[in-house]
Amino acid sequence: MTTPAAPQAHEHPQANVPGGLLGYYESPIPIRRATLGDAIASEWTKIRSVRSTLWTLGVMVVLMVAIGLMSALLIAAADTDLAGEPVVALGFFGVLLGSICVITLGVLTIGSEYSTGMIRTTLTACPSRARVLTAKAIVFFLLAFVITTVTATVVAVFQTAILGGGIDSGSVWLRATVGVGLYIAALGLVSLAVGAIIRHSAGAITVMIAVVLLPLVLALFMFSDSLRGLQRFLFEYSIPNQLGALYGSTVTETGPSGWEPLLLMLAVAAVAMGGAYLALDRRDV
Amino acid sequence: MIEAVGLTKRYGAKTAVDDLSFQVRPGAVTGFLGPNGSGKSTTMRMILGLDRPTAGRVTIGGHPYRSLPNAPRQVGALLDAKAVHGGRTARTHLLSLAQLAGIPARRVDEVLGVVGLQDVAKRRSSGFSLGMGQRLGIAAALLGDPQVLLFDEPVNGLDPEGIHWVRNLMKTLASEGRTVFVSSHLMSEMALTADHLIVIGRGRLLSDMSVTDFISANSADFARVRVPESAPEEREKLTSSLIEAGGSVMSEPDGALRVTGLPLPRISDLAHGADVRLWELSPHRASLEEAYMRMTQGVVDYRSTDDAKAGLLEPPQAAYGGAQGGYGGTQGGYGAEPGHYPQHQPADVPQQSWYAPPPPGQNPYAATHSATAPAPGPATAPPPAAPEPSPADRAGEQTSEDPR
Repeated sequence: MTTPAAPQAHEHPQANVPGGLLGYYESPIPIRRATLGDAIASEWTKIRSVRSTLWTLGVMVVLMVAIGLMSALLIAAADTDLAGEPVVALGFFGVLLGSICVITLGVLTIGSEYSTGMIRTTLTACPSRARVLTAKAIVFFLLAFVITTVTATVVAVFQTAILGGGIDSGSVWLRATVGVGLYIAALGLVSLAVGAIIRHSAGAITVMIAVVLLPLVLALFMFSDSLRGLQRFLFEYSIPNQLGALYGSTVTETGPSGWEPLLLMLAVAAVAMGGAYLALDRRDV
Repeated sequence: MIEAVGLTKRYGAKTAVDDLSFQVRPGAVTGFLGPNGSGKSTTMRMILGLDRPTAGRVTIGGHPYRSLPNAPRQVGALLDAKAVHGGRTARTHLLSLAQLAGIPARRVDEVLGVVGLQDVAKRRSSGFSLGMGQRLGIAAALLGDPQVLLFDEPVNGLDPEGIHWVRNLMKTLASEGRTVFVSSHLMSEMALTADHLIVIGRGRLLSDMSVTDFISANSADFARVRVPESAPEEREKLTSSLIEAGGSVMSEPDGALRVTGLPLPRISDLAHGADVRLWELSPHRASLEEAYMRMTQGVVDYRSTDDAKAGLLEPPQAAYGGAQGGYGGTQGGYGAEPGHYPQHQPADVPQQSWYAPPPPGQNPYAATHSATAPAPGPATAPPPAAPEPSPADRAGEQTSEDPR
């Protein structure tokens, strides 16, 4: 294309070329507007290509299966009566420990971008910060949900088979599998949001573990009568107790029950994510 | 085209970028020079919408980066070679970026080939050397085949072959009509690569001109002339005849004369005519690296040793450049050894106050310098902490009156 117009285009690059103010180079690769779908594909590539994903989720699966099976086997060996508690509730301990792994992964999903500086590369490739965070949240939430739900279901099936009692009702099963999966994934989403706000992996993980454990620990030491109300609140709304409520076995009689813990956690996750969107949008990276 | 207008970034009390205005045009490699901590990276981050300017604005093609349509296809950037997740392979790193920008995955293998990393594409980037990291970062910048490219210190850690490659890559990209903006703290590198130079120091613009202009303004040729030390009157005689012939003469600390404006044979003829023996007559050329270092160091010195300099001021000696009709346009002042050579002693070569030709009205240092220029020699003496420049270093010096 050595037409006489070419030098003219060089002299007036801004006037009569498609690139306008950007210059007069045009890429032969067709330009397509990037979408949220592209960002989700990118985040999926990212999350599956780091070892921390394998480690955290692998450890979680091992914990859930091992603790679930061991507790079932121990109860079967001791021939203990479950006293009306649903069999699937035995999965509680495994999930409680496994939640730490999901918290870690949730924080690392965004925290590793900050610790490596990758966030700058990412946000250069996609200046829409909300899109990046949304894609991260979707990919992480679905991954955590699927892994937790599948593992919880497998564990529940084994526990029912080992203990051989009657099969629990459908709604109990649904809460103990899909409900728990959603709850843990939402907890992970809170971690992701906290990671985005704190921008420091170790700090965010510590904060999240404190969020999970501290209310229960604090409540244990609140002997004073004047604090009775607060103690009860901390017990009832502590994350382990809410998780137990999903399984249908709680420390307290009152407090959230049925699907309520899940709704609560989803609300908390929504608020945390709102804060994360705001922080990511406003701050320098 | 990148355009910054009054760009300012403050972190608390510290001003990283101070009222910076410049344009980066397409079709040329624009070098962005400044010492460490001068605000180059901060400026780059603001261009990319990563940091928000405290004041002013910077646009690419008229849009702020964050509202640029199809940003990754318009702009590619290498900010930090280590800004990758070390656990990811080179290929998955680039793949995730390509997917994010809606770029076909086959482009990943193309750019891996372009930067020469195809053989290590499946290796985790944590095992990469700095040079390989730079190549990976350049690959990421090239992914979108963009019109505007920003590179922050792209040759850091590269071997000579890699430096050569980057240099050619920049030139090729610019020759295709792209805007190429490359930061560096190496003037010598930029002199070979860039067509245009933007120099900043302490976040302020020091110079914005083409490399050709920069060279002609800053690399003055001069001759060093030495006469027998035992004959000060011969030195004086030669100085007079050189000035009469239209040259400008400055004195170097070791007694040699620095002559500009006269070709070497003419100096020799004049010396012969004046019956002066010469011990040395040698041509010298200022290096751009020196010019640049003095340009940037000037700002730093000016700001950090202001008081110290004032304390060093000696009582002003009577400058008699005016009475003697001046020494061919050199700035007057005879403070070095007052009274030793009462007649025809040339001005001292300024040791620290390298005068950098600024863009009009842009250089705060220029105003300061012209204010201090008429002061006697010691006013421009180096502060005690500053290392004494070697004779070779002084090659970059030049008087303010020299034609640009």
